[in-house]
Amino acid sequence: MKSSVITFPGSNCDRDMDVALRKFGFKNKMVWHNDVELPKSDLVVLPGGFSYGDYLRCGSMASKSKIMQSVINFANSGGMVMGICNGFQILVETGLVPGVLLRNKYLEFICKNIFVKINNKHNTYFKNIDNEVLELHIAHNEGNYFCTNDQLKEIKDNEQIAINYCSKDGEIDEQFNPNGSIESIAGIFNKEKNVLGMMPHPERMIDKYLSGEDGSLFFNNLLNNIK
Amino acid sequence: MIVNEQVAIDHGLKKDEYKKICELLDRTPNITELGIFSAMWNEHCSYKSSRLHLKKLPTKGKQVIQGPGENAGVVDIGDDDAIVFKIESHNHPSFIEPYQGAATGVGGIMRDVFTMGARPIANLNSIHFGSPQHKKTKNLLRGVVHGIGGYGNCMGIPTIAGQTSFDSSYNGNILVNAMTLGLVKKDKIFYSKAAGLNKPVIYVGSKTGRDGIHGASMASASFDEKIEEKKPTVQVGDPFTEKLLLEACLELMAGDSIIAIQDMGAAGLTSSSIEMASKGNLGIEINLNKVPTREANMTPYEIMLSESQERMLIVLENGKEDAAKKIFDKWDLDFAVIGKTTKSKKIELFFDNEKVADIPVNTLVENSPMYDRKWKKAKLPKKIKIKKEDINNLKIIEVLKKILSNPNICSKEWIWQQYDHTVMGDTIQKPGGDSGVVRVHGTNKAVAASVDSSAVYCWAHPLTGGKQVVCESFRNLISVGAKPIAITNCLNFGSPENEENMGEFVECVQGIGEASEYLKFPVVSGNVSFYNQTKDVGIKPTPSIGGVGLIKDYQKMITMDLKEVDNIVLVIGKTEGHIDQSVFARNILDEKNGPPPEVNLFNEKNNGETVLKLIDAGLIKSAHDVSLGGIITAISKMCIKGNKGINLKKPKYLISDIEYFFSEDQGRYLIEVTKKDLKKVTNVLDKNAVHYDELGVINADQLYINEKSKITIDELKSSNTSWLNNYMDN
Repeated sequence: MKSSVITFPGSNCDRDMDVALRKFGFKNKMVWHNDVELPKSDLVVLPGGFSYGDYLRCGSMASKSKIMQSVINFANSGGMVMGICNGFQILVETGLVPGVLLRNKYLEFICKNIFVKINNKHNTYFKNIDNEVLELHIAHNEGNYFCTNDQLKEIKDNEQIAINYCSKDGEIDEQFNPNGSIESIAGIFNKEKNVLGMMPHPERMIDKYLSGEDGSLFFNNLLNNIK
Repeated sequence: MIVNEQVAIDHGLKKDEYKKICELLDRTPNITELGIFSAMWNEHCSYKSSRLHLKKLPTKGKQVIQGPGENAGVVDIGDDDAIVFKIESHNHPSFIEPYQGAATGVGGIMRDVFTMGARPIANLNSIHFGSPQHKKTKNLLRGVVHGIGGYGNCMGIPTIAGQTSFDSSYNGNILVNAMTLGLVKKDKIFYSKAAGLNKPVIYVGSKTGRDGIHGASMASASFDEKIEEKKPTVQVGDPFTEKLLLEACLELMAGDSIIAIQDMGAAGLTSSSIEMASKGNLGIEINLNKVPTREANMTPYEIMLSESQERMLIVLENGKEDAAKKIFDKWDLDFAVIGKTTKSKKIELFFDNEKVADIPVNTLVENSPMYDRKWKKAKLPKKIKIKKEDINNLKIIEVLKKILSNPNICSKEWIWQQYDHTVMGDTIQKPGGDSGVVRVHGTNKAVAASVDSSAVYCWAHPLTGGKQVVCESFRNLISVGAKPIAITNCLNFGSPENEENMGEFVECVQGIGEASEYLKFPVVSGNVSFYNQTKDVGIKPTPSIGGVGLIKDYQKMITMDLKEVDNIVLVIGKTEGHIDQSVFARNILDEKNGPPPEVNLFNEKNNGETVLKLIDAGLIKSAHDVSLGGIITAISKMCIKGNKGINLKKPKYLISDIEYFFSEDQGRYLIEVTKKDLKKVTNVLDKNAVHYDELGVINADQLYINEKSKITIDELKSSNTSWLNNYMDN
């Protein structure tokens, strides 16, 4: 399986993502933001970081960079595109997924383990995962997902919510919501479910010596589903 | 502007220093030259009060590749890998403008590390604030934490450990010390020594602006009520540009075109160009019109003294300019050939076709002032006499709860959760443990690092305090299973012109030297920050020690969380009941006098090495060093982290329960062993003549003391975590 990770100036989880994808059997290529063409890929990943410094709205500069037109075309033709953290912020800026990401409710950067409940398994990203709840890791300042009531209704009608923050046992409640996201949304799909944006970093959870191993579960499953 | 003695004094120079400049030049300097002298001769850059004493520190060792004198120290960790590391202060700017001050402190230290060719792999920090009740403390703490996070998080380098303390002596002078570790191949280390004539001198990175002019001079003076006016001397950080600069520099370094490279830190273009020339015994000629500037009409004086961040100076091989420029173009960074190396041994600056400065390099470096300042030796204070009735009525559990929630003991999670500590995917021990640990990417090795300081001990008796900090660093590394390699120090003191403050400095350095010599734990880099002082009041002497150690097989790393019910916890090292200067004495008895705990270097080394042996043999399940708050505080933290309890029993000593549990005797560890291994472990301890006590047996959920009183782990946890959260929320 072939994957591509886009490096923007200021990306800083690009290597981590490369390491994770390779570890689970992807043939990964790094792609520079100024390139025009995407290599042939089964999966394109927009990694975490601070693209272009994020001095404007997070992700907005990156969404206009050269390579993004190809990524958008790829997504619109059904290709799998996954944005993690800053990658999620870039995806909302392109409009590939709905909504916006505001500053965290308590106005502080948060780096910690959290739990997410898988809301929808009818898609290539989460199908065949047995667990209902995954332990993942977040590290962000602007992960507070927000959208209009109309958008929220549409998102729900189309079953676009991918994961919600929750307790260890899968309870969704404000006390387990680390950043104030509407309805505890941690990740979201486009209508067709080929594009996924999420704040948690599965690539930081890929062996037992790190913060946990549920990222391994995610990547293994993803590879098998794409095959 | 006409230069005279008054202008020199306004630049922070002393009368006789100005006289010496005129003699060395054999004429009156012009304003640009005077600016250059003031930048090079201030305390921050010249180490004029400290040099004499720093020379005495042990700096060599089998694993030392580069000691002090370069951008950072370098140690060998085997297999051609080396770790580059250093700690540096950014105290004065952080007090004036906490966010930018702290952010640029982090940026500056990372630049020191990647200047040497190393990719930064971990950040640490040691931050000290005034009393929590002081009106500025909360905002300073918030600003500093945001600043450290803002820079480090954007760079994508994990912040893996740190230390935070509160003490009223920092009310007017907070401390912000930042440390970075980088990884490099042994044959790809870059140095700042220029070599060869007519080699192009290249400027890369951000453009030069008017920010930070005289930053280094500001950091070489005490504060007074006009402190707010110094805001323009604080630099403004741009971590995004630094991230680009890091990637571009590492890309250029992969080739063989760089002869020397130096970051523009304190005193900017001035100190970087002069240091390169001085080390190479060469001259440098710079055309200041070629320096990329951010603002129009900048004068030579401003260009030379700007401390704009994210800039580097490189001496390149001839003919490599175009290839190098391509790399910097790719990363959208400025690249300009601004001069060349010469044989003149002078620094010659040109602007608008005119020579605006002409100074022999040696007058700025070798001939810079060096002072043997007067200092006063500190007496060892007399031991305090504790009245039996003062402590007999105390309830241990109540005291424990108070101590766990003390600002200097409580959990600092509120702080480190704002630092990305997991980016780069190799952090295997997060903040909150004895040391932070990151794997050496793609290998079985891991590097442990910790940063420590004990201002209270240093204040009570600087010599003992100096030794103690080094020992604590040694213990923190050993507690995670790392073999200590070397240290970096950040020496934060009051005014060297005050005999008592100078004495504190001299004796702390002596203590650091003695301990690092004995423990074979050499000093490979560091920095001195004097004048942490407002008017006549200096801070408590606060040397911060950053220790680095190696874990050969990261699967053998130890953490402090208790692992299994029915395992046994031993106290390694002897508990004598030293209460003076302990958290207990200062906060429960309100007794601020007395000597700090004695440091026995033989025991430190022997106990530490024996614990390492046990870890190596796989006999230790968890470990934690005993420091502030004594045995009971240490075991409480192990209980909290492991979510387990313990039945504590004081051995039959003559000392009281309070003394046994709260004293801060040195050289001690708590280790968890299985019942099955107990005999093996005690055999090793006996064979090595290491004293130990059996402290207790692990249970599921309560901490029992001598079967009399108890507390649940949840209660311990809430005592430990609530203070800082509540403080910052209100």
